[in-house]
Amino acid sequence: MNGLETIMNHAPALIIAIPLLGAFLTPLISRVNEKLRNVFVICILGITALLMFVLASEVFTSGPVTYVFGSNLQAVQQNTVIRILFEVDGLSAFMGIISIILAFVASIYSWGFLEKETGLDKYYTLLLLMTAGMLGMVLTGDLFNFFVFLEITSIASTALIAFWTNKEKAIEAGFKYIVVSTIGALFILFALALLYGQYDALNIAKLANSITFTFLDKIALILFITALAMKGGIVPMHMWLPDAYSRAPASISLVLVAATQASIYGVFRVVFTLYGNVISLPQISIGWILVILGLITMLVGVIMAMIQTDFKRLISYGAVAELGYMFLGVGTGLTVIANSNPQITLISQPFAFEAIKGGIFHIINDALDVGLLFMVAGAVYLATKETSINKLGGLARNMKYTTIFFIIGLLAISGLPPMNGFASKLLIYESTFQLNPILSIIAILSSIMLLAIFVKIFQSVFLGPKIPKFDKVKEAPKSMLLAMGIVAAIIIFFGLFPDLIITNIVEPAANALIHNEQYLQWLIGGV
Amino acid sequence: MIANIPFIAVALLVIVGLYAVIFRKNLIKMIIGITIIESGVNLFLITLGYREGSIAPIYTSAPEGVMAYPVPQALTLTSIVIGVAVLALMLSLVIQLYRHKKTLDVRKFGGDDQ
Repeated sequence: MNGLETIMNHAPALIIAIPLLGAFLTPLISRVNEKLRNVFVICILGITALLMFVLASEVFTSGPVTYVFGSNLQAVQQNTVIRILFEVDGLSAFMGIISIILAFVASIYSWGFLEKETGLDKYYTLLLLMTAGMLGMVLTGDLFNFFVFLEITSIASTALIAFWTNKEKAIEAGFKYIVVSTIGALFILFALALLYGQYDALNIAKLANSITFTFLDKIALILFITALAMKGGIVPMHMWLPDAYSRAPASISLVLVAATQASIYGVFRVVFTLYGNVISLPQISIGWILVILGLITMLVGVIMAMIQTDFKRLISYGAVAELGYMFLGVGTGLTVIANSNPQITLISQPFAFEAIKGGIFHIINDALDVGLLFMVAGAVYLATKETSINKLGGLARNMKYTTIFFIIGLLAISGLPPMNGFASKLLIYESTFQLNPILSIIAILSSIMLLAIFVKIFQSVFLGPKIPKFDKVKEAPKSMLLAMGIVAAIIIFFGLFPDLIITNIVEPAANALIHNEQYLQWLIGGV
Repeated sequence: MIANIPFIAVALLVIVGLYAVIFRKNLIKMIIGITIIESGVNLFLITLGYREGSIAPIYTSAPEGVMAYPVPQALTLTSIVIGVAVLALMLSLVIQLYRHKKTLDVRKFGGDDQ
């Protein structure tokens, strides 16, 4: 077997191992040379991204990939799964791509953004750890493993949120975040213990195969959804999110978006795969719960965003609102599917599949749009050291490129063509309308409000009369412009060719959600 | 009934811990609350694997008898290690907060505008 093939066979493990190894090498390399360290981190994330893309293309073309840790022995012996498995299906690969793109962009962005800061060796170590944690969360096929990676992610992100320890608000935000995420993680541990006590398995596929929806399973489901939605920042458990996003360095806000979405992925994985066999029982209406959570999240997000005066805090509330769209789309699909046999539903009511596709497509669009806006906010902060939108003004004169990137982000987040947000939001509007018109009315209304809010920021930050204080403001450093440029290019590409993305990336992910038998097939076939 | 006492203890620990996190105003007490929840969950895991009169699952020259199930113990160990890391991080954040604010009372923290 040649080397390349071996690497490809072990890709799921390497995607976690490379950032982990890189994380602990970073402080050593930092001693040699600071520039070398930055290049090293970018290279590590680049290699991981490459592996992730290759793995994802394999998953999208030929179905789920299972990777068994340990020896070559069978993973299933005497009907018990005795090894830890990584299981990469369409949705995992999709989420992995989002995480690694954002982490990679953040590492480029950090070069310019944090140039004058100290303690950067720890910063980069934590950034790589956080990336490894996020990727682990989305790739693993084992519930306990999921818990461990969740904790790795939250520990690393807490330390990064509180990176500016001289600012008391940043530490406060970090403390809030760790309290919320630890309690969430403990509830997840409790829920998985409930399942483990009944079915003697931690493997998601094995559990999904044997779940019977007893009373304890219902408690476990509630605990999972609550804890993961809390970690994902769904209203009414969103109070930590605006603090954490707005107080962290802008490069970290970007990665935090991906970390939050890894938790949202957890909700979808639990509902569709773990409880996939029992979700079509008539007495459950998890779909409606997701839809209602989504609606509340959207409305509260935009309404709270309207009254903010802090640039990044405003974007954070925008990010909260965007999370609602994902729940709305996927929840609508689940509501329809749960009412009857999935196979029949998909033929008679095709909008269910459209809704799920819209919800999933919106995950990546939200990550890119909100990420771009955070990067613009970071660039403005770096140039002016000012965060209040009331004190900023007239920056378009000196920061041409940043202004252009802000316009792209603004159009994308409020769902205007020709940006990517339009493609996914249109799918969501069309499909939710067929379930209940009110849903799509609320969704469109919040989009309009988002547009109004961001136009307001655009006007007050970038337009307006010259402010003498900001006369000598310089354009952001090249690395930051490059990072913003990459994301803006992806946004425009997605917006111009949505069909290409939907058929090649989004559809496999949506299929993976609906057909949980794909996820379970290795149990019968053996690994 | 006797066999259920650990589970009742688990429920009590989790509820007491949640109470402390939600209603106590002192940051250190909130952290204590979190560790209490954690102990409850760990106790739950350990109890799941316990069988009455069982011996430790070490195969080398083991005496006759039922062995306790080792997997929950392994899970608990992992969870304890993670718990220590989280505890250390939380306490270090509290130290930093105390340096800025000279107080641990959450009511004295300004909070953001919204």
